[in-house]
Order: sequence, then structure tokens, then C-alpha cells
Amino acid sequence: MERVVDPLLLRHRWETDWSIVIAFVLMVALFGLAPFAVYPVFLMEVLCFALFACAFNLLIGYVGLVSFGHALYFGWASYLSAYAAKAWAWPPELAVLIGTATAALLGVIAGSVAIRRQGIYFAMITLALAQMMYLVALRVKLTGGEDGIQAVPRGRLFGYFDLSNEMTMYVFILVVVLAAFLLIYRIINSPFGEVLKAIRENEQRTISLGYKTDRYKLVAFVLSATLAGLAGSLKAQVFQLASLTDVHWAMSGDVMLMTLLGGLGTVFGPVVGAFVIIAMQNYLAPFGQWVLVIQGVIFVVCVLVFRRGIVGELANALRVRL
Amino acid sequence: MFEIFGIPSQALFGQLLLGLINGSFYALLSLGLAVIFGMLNIINFTHGAQYMMGAFAAYLLLQYVGLDYWVALVIAPILIGATGILIERLFLQHLRKLDPLYGLLLTFGLALVIEGLFRNYYGSSGMPYQVPQSLQGGRNLGFMFLPNYRAWVIVFSLVVCFATWFAIERTRLGSYLRAATENPTLVRAFGINVPRMVTLTYGFGVGLAALAGVMAAPIYNVSPQMGSDLIIVVFAVVVIGGMGSIMGAIVTGFVLGIVEGLTKVFFPEASNTVIFVIMVIVLLIRPAGLFGRSA
Repeated sequence: MERVVDPLLLRHRWETDWSIVIAFVLMVALFGLAPFAVYPVFLMEVLCFALFACAFNLLIGYVGLVSFGHALYFGWASYLSAYAAKAWAWPPELAVLIGTATAALLGVIAGSVAIRRQGIYFAMITLALAQMMYLVALRVKLTGGEDGIQAVPRGRLFGYFDLSNEMTMYVFILVVVLAAFLLIYRIINSPFGEVLKAIRENEQRTISLGYKTDRYKLVAFVLSATLAGLAGSLKAQVFQLASLTDVHWAMSGDVMLMTLLGGLGTVFGPVVGAFVIIAMQNYLAPFGQWVLVIQGVIFVVCVLVFRRGIVGELANALRVRL
Repeated sequence: MFEIFGIPSQALFGQLLLGLINGSFYALLSLGLAVIFGMLNIINFTHGAQYMMGAFAAYLLLQYVGLDYWVALVIAPILIGATGILIERLFLQHLRKLDPLYGLLLTFGLALVIEGLFRNYYGSSGMPYQVPQSLQGGRNLGFMFLPNYRAWVIVFSLVVCFATWFAIERTRLGSYLRAATENPTLVRAFGINVPRMVTLTYGFGVGLAALAGVMAAPIYNVSPQMGSDLIIVVFAVVVIGGMGSIMGAIVTGFVLGIVEGLTKVFFPEASNTVIFVIMVIVLLIRPAGLFGRSA
């Protein structure tokens, strides 16, 4: 029997997207050279949040699911990663792994509840679940409540690389984040990713084509939660700190803003968005609550007149995929 | 004094009363959300901030203009409702053709702006607001002590809820509203100004939030972040009840408030998570919500 293949899909599958390759090389070069000019801790923060935003974008940009509770995976992963490194004295690689695994588990549980409703309800459910786990974090002993987990030791990676050295830490974070970035790119360009995009465009039709969309959505949700958890785990290692800020709903709002500003459903948008927002939060920190106001204004402007985001607008102007 | 299940009646009924009070606010807020969602197809994330603005309006009217609680109860919802109308005209009307999720993002952004501004000027600490003279004190019911103000909040919010239900389900204006929810194009063809109705509906929903805020001012402290945590609980309430029915939103609000109050008596550790747990259970058993129609 002859298989019918969409010629557009074929073209897409085999041709190299040169714009993406060039942008990726540029990104690697920038992050490779930047620590000689910019404070590495700031760059590591950007990298962690870039990964967080990319994970979030996987869900909102490619499946069309708006999770309003991604702080849940980011925050709890950072707690477990910090706790393992501090209380159990686990090496960094295992601490990051257990944090990520925690996020995956939470993603399975929260995801299977949340995908029972669509659209606006999905957003409210994910937000409510995250708030529940925030209240849990406020009470249980493991998280240290209001104090959080402070002074997490940085340890030796694989028993060899000393992460208390800022540059060694930077290389570790950069390698992990770039690997995760490529993984996400691979996911969205796989046959699985094509089904996700089909669900985004028209879920009913995808069901009628014989796909069990709930399973696809759940897998995408868990992948997104897991990668968000990886970002949170790394962040805990970099800052040697896990705190309530990481699980609060404001964190879910931050990652949403980064993705929206950078460009929903673009490959590089979340990275650019993370850079802009983190830079803004750092430089405007002395202005206190005005940061909140400015972030709110950016939200409003993005939704009203700038829905493609920075990278989306750029890609549109250059007529390339980015 | 007597005991029920080993709990002194004073404590049990005290928490029950507190539960009813919380339930009143859940009902008023989820009612407003449901009305707005019905007409605009938007989840109004700014609702918590507008509730907070209502409380602040009462506080500021008293501090700077000398207008007491009763005047604030009328003026604050009108003022804040008017800002709602402004928001609808300026922003929300442009989102009508877009995915409803953009409405959620935009109202979330607005909530950040409002909360940030208030925190900037009033800090994060709460400010007390006196219970009005005429409602101070309380009465002893034999099994518990009932403060007058709390009784007033429960009775008044019941009245407001049922008046809203009546207006939407039983009057001519309400029937236009419901028709416009179902099919706006057709209703417009009959010569009814649907966009204006949408604007006024948003203003009304916001006014309800502000009214809840004024009523909350003497019970909780007036503070910039009083709305943001509450609104997330109200979202859970809305998910449990489903936004398809006005009565559903009211009943769910009150019932969940009572359940929360009772949890505080029997399992205090679980009292602030119980509503979320109920939400999960409802989603597993009846994904469309208790009163919802599946979308």
C-alpha cells in the first residue's frame, strides 16, 4: 500500500533551516564569550530562566496549552535539588537529577488532572494546583518554610570538577542548558512534535485522524514540567538557594512574560525574553515595586500590539524561521 | 456551652461563621467572574485587584473625604465599576476576536500594574478599617457569640447574590443578556446594542468585586495584596462549580466556604488547601464541574 505523505511536510523534514543554525551558532558564541565581559552569575541566571521559558514555550507555543502554574515544577525541583545537595551531601549531578525527577513526577500528577479540561479552565486548574503546592511548601519541614534552603554547598561535579569555581560552574550550566535547548528543538521537529502542533491548530480534527490527543498532551506536559524542573534544579545549584519565591505564582507569571515578550512558538524567543526580563529585574531592582508595574505594562503591550514578540517580529521581517 | 464530636460549640460555630463569611466573598467574586465570562468569554484575572481597589476605595473615602461605610458601600462599586468600563473600552474590546487566553494574559498584566501601584504608595502592611458604628457589638445566641457586622455581611451578600440571579434569570434585561451570550450577532440584528451591553456587564462584574472589597475591609485588613491570593482560591471555586450557571457559582461559593470552615475545626493543617483538594476530586469525577456544561 502506498503511503500518502504531505509534500510540504517532506520538504520541511529534509531541508536544513539555515536561519536556525546561524542563530544557534550566534547564541553559543555569545554565551561563550559573554562571561569575559559580564558578571557570570547574571549570565547563569539568564541561562536557567531561558531554559525555564523554553520548557514553558514547549507547552504554550507548540501545544497551545497555557499553564499558569509552572513555578510548581521549577520551585519544587529547586527545593529537592538544594535539599539533596545540603542535607544528604549528594554530588551536584545527582542533586540536579533528583530535582528534575521530582518535577517529572509532579508533572505526571498535575498534568493528568489538568488535561481533563481545556482552554481557560486548564490555565485556572494549573494555577490552583501550583498554589496548593505553594501552601504545602510554606508548611513542610523539607523546604525550610520562610527561610528556604540556604547555603547549599556547590560540591564537585562527577567528583572531579570543582563547581565553587565560577567559570567551571558557568560551563556546566551552559552545556546542560544548550543540550536541553537542542532536545526541545528535536522534540518540536519530530513526528511527535508535528502531532502537538496539529493539536494546537485543531484538536477535534486531530482526534478524528485517530490520535489519542490526551496522551500526547500529557506527554508534552510532563516533558515541559521536567525541563522546567531541570532549570529549577540548576538554579538552586548556582544560587545555593531554594526559596518560596521559586514556587510562588509570581514566578509562573515571570516565565509567561519572558515567553510572551520573546515570542510564543519561536525557537529563540524564550531565550531573548529571559535575557530582557532578568536584565530588567536586575537593573531596576532599586525601584522596588515599579518592577511589578513595568512587567504588567509589558504584558498589556505585548497582548495588545506585540503578539509575535521580539523574535517573532524579527523572523517575520526577515521572512525566516527563528 | 456544649460539645459536638468533642469540639466546644463555641469553636465549631465560630469557624462555621468564618466559613460562611469566606463563602460570601467566594460567592460574590465567582458570581462576578461567571457573569463576565458569560458575556466577554474572558477570565478576569484583574478581579482580585478590583476587589482590593474596592476595599481601598472605602478606606480612602473615609480617610480623606470623611465618607463612612454606608456611603462607600454605594460609591465604591460605582467608582471601581467605572474604571472597569474604562478597561473594557481601552483594552478588552480589542481582544474579542482573539483566543480567550489573551484576555487572561492581559488582565493578569493589569492586575500586576494595579497591585504594583498600590504597593508602591501604601506598602505591604495592612491598614485597619473600623466596623461602622451601627453594626458594632454583637449578640449571644446561647451556643455562640454572633458579631453584628458578620451577620450583616452574610445576609447582605446573600441578598446581592440572589438579586443578581433574579436580574439575569428572571427579567427582560437579563433575557437580553442571556441571549447575547448565546448568539450576539442575532441579538444585534434585533436592534440591541450588544457592545454596550458587554461593556456594562464588565463594569457590573467589577462593581460586584469592589462591593465584596468594601464588605471585606472591616474584617480583613486593607492591603494591596489582599486580592491576589484570594482570586486563586476563587478560580478553584469556579473550576469546581463550572461557570455555566449563576446559581451554581453562588451555591458553590457558600458551600466551599462552609467546608473550609469545618476543615479548620477538624483538620486545621489542611484548611487552606482543602478547596484545591476538592477541585482535584471534582475534576477526577466530574470534569465539567458540578454545575457546568461540558464545553
